[in-house]
Amino acid sequence: MAFGRKSDKKSGTNTALQTAQDHNRLSYRIKKSWASYVMLAPYFILFFFFTVLPVLMAVYFSFTYYDMLQMPTFIGWKNYIKLFLEDDIFMKSLKNTLILAVVTGPASYFMCLLFAWIINEFHGWLRAFLTLIFYAPSICGNAYVIWKLILDSNRYGYLNGLLLKWGILDEAVLWMQTEKYVLPMLIIVQLWLSLGTGFLAFIAGLQTIDKSMYEAAALDGVKNRWQELWYVTLPAMKPQLMFGAVMQITQAFAICDVSTQIAGNPSVNYSGATIVTHLLDYGTVRFEMGYASAIATVLFLLMVGSNMLVQKLLRRVGE
Amino acid sequence: MRAANPTTKPKFSLKRIFHKEKKLNRSMAGNTLLFVFMALCGVAMAIPLVMIVNNCLKPLDELFQYPPKIFVRNPSLENFTSLFVQMSESWVTFSRYILNTIIITGGGMIGHVIIASLAAYPLAKHNFPGKNILFRMVVLSMMFSWTVTQTPQYMIISWMHINNSYWALILPACSFGMGLYLMKQFMEQLPDSLMESARLDGASEFKVFWTIVMPNVKPAWLTLSIFQFQQMWGNTGSTFLRDEELKPLQYALMQISAGGVARTGSAAAVTFIIAAVPIIFFLICQSNIIETMTSSGMKE
Repeated sequence: MAFGRKSDKKSGTNTALQTAQDHNRLSYRIKKSWASYVMLAPYFILFFFFTVLPVLMAVYFSFTYYDMLQMPTFIGWKNYIKLFLEDDIFMKSLKNTLILAVVTGPASYFMCLLFAWIINEFHGWLRAFLTLIFYAPSICGNAYVIWKLILDSNRYGYLNGLLLKWGILDEAVLWMQTEKYVLPMLIIVQLWLSLGTGFLAFIAGLQTIDKSMYEAAALDGVKNRWQELWYVTLPAMKPQLMFGAVMQITQAFAICDVSTQIAGNPSVNYSGATIVTHLLDYGTVRFEMGYASAIATVLFLLMVGSNMLVQKLLRRVGE
Repeated sequence: MRAANPTTKPKFSLKRIFHKEKKLNRSMAGNTLLFVFMALCGVAMAIPLVMIVNNCLKPLDELFQYPPKIFVRNPSLENFTSLFVQMSESWVTFSRYILNTIIITGGGMIGHVIIASLAAYPLAKHNFPGKNILFRMVVLSMMFSWTVTQTPQYMIISWMHINNSYWALILPACSFGMGLYLMKQFMEQLPDSLMESARLDGASEFKVFWTIVMPNVKPAWLTLSIFQFQQMWGNTGSTFLRDEELKPLQYALMQISAGGVARTGSAAAVTFIIAAVPIIFFLICQSNIIETMTSSGMKE
């Protein structure tokens, strides 16, 4: 009995060693997690077809001429050369997109942070009400067409009416028909719309910060709310700051509907054209899929590139 | 700094007004200043919303009044009645548009919540080869907007022969990245012991997912549904749907409000309906949404 048990134990350790080696083998680990893969499958199959494959296709077709009727023909860098050297409207829309993104991206990010931080100072129904007021514009669908009424160039326009009444203007301004006003006005509307998911993430992030950290900070000599914000709050909500940045940057580069709805499509002298409106023009109106894909690829690189850059910067907060 | 158990997080409640915690480092002057600043910004943010509400109640003569007034004098519902008259005159019956919207948004919501949660569970709680790369792909997909993939997506959908059907809108909606991301981040906070005890009782992973995990992440899937609803609600579906009988309510409403000056009244009513529906949904689920967003942060 005793002998038998001993040998059992010995072979037991042997098999344990063997299984441990087996467990490290990739094929074993894949086989063992079959349940995980089955659960992942439905989502990632759809994700592949509607997100991964389209990106790969956009990159591939950007090197071809393709009108959806004939097979695509490979033309090398021609689309890109045309895009950057010959297409004046693209250069204009690239410039507009960069201006819009550089202004509304950071501005909306700081607005999200500022308003979330102040809202966090309030309590109960007032906090819930303020959250609703600031968040509502971003979810009201295309109800931003109300801005068309505000910026209307005829006498029914609210802004004109108000400024005329106050005597600031002598005659109605054609807001959306005057080139120099188009971008600033689009920026205002976009900022109004931009307190979205990132804003909610900030509000939520501020709520999770441990109260005892503020008490500790007060003992350490933090004197007012500004110091508290800089030394305690911001470092503690770094994960949310990074999430919010992704939301705001992607949004800032994707401005399109606001421009076509409010400034018209095409807008006066293409003053409201963005990369996305240009892309939709070629992709859904002219069906020059190769060229549209080149525009999409440029947009993709811009969005992902600036996101990566900002993530890298934000990682340094509090270090 | 997150609490281990999501249910212990602070929630919006009336109680908090009456039992305020004393805050450190707050000066009276600072409080007043912030309050005034917030009031000003709040008014600025709210003016367009107030205009939407007032415009839909204005009778026609007030809509064309000069100089324009923000607030309505003699509120009436005539814009809504004229909208309903135009609805009843439409070629496809209006109940059909509503049914289409219910199928498309409902399918997109339910499909996405189930499929994304199913994928989020192993990403959050299992360890398997390829886990990190899959999740990184999803995070990367949040870094560009759908406009980038729109053109090739159109080709894929026509190759699959699902354009001009509900699937053309529902299937891509099921694979949005943000839902999976939020769900995974939220599920990560569930204590492992919760699932371990069920596994010891011999429950399969699917059973653990359905009977243990899903009931515990209710705020997250409510939030996902609301976000998904907001996305789907604004979709007119005009890129993929050719048959009038398949088009959603949003399309019909946009057609009515695009009718020019003669339709100004019903257009104001349409704008109100389009804005009000998602806002009401948010209002109902606000505390759940905030609770979900606490776990939205990106870890390095």
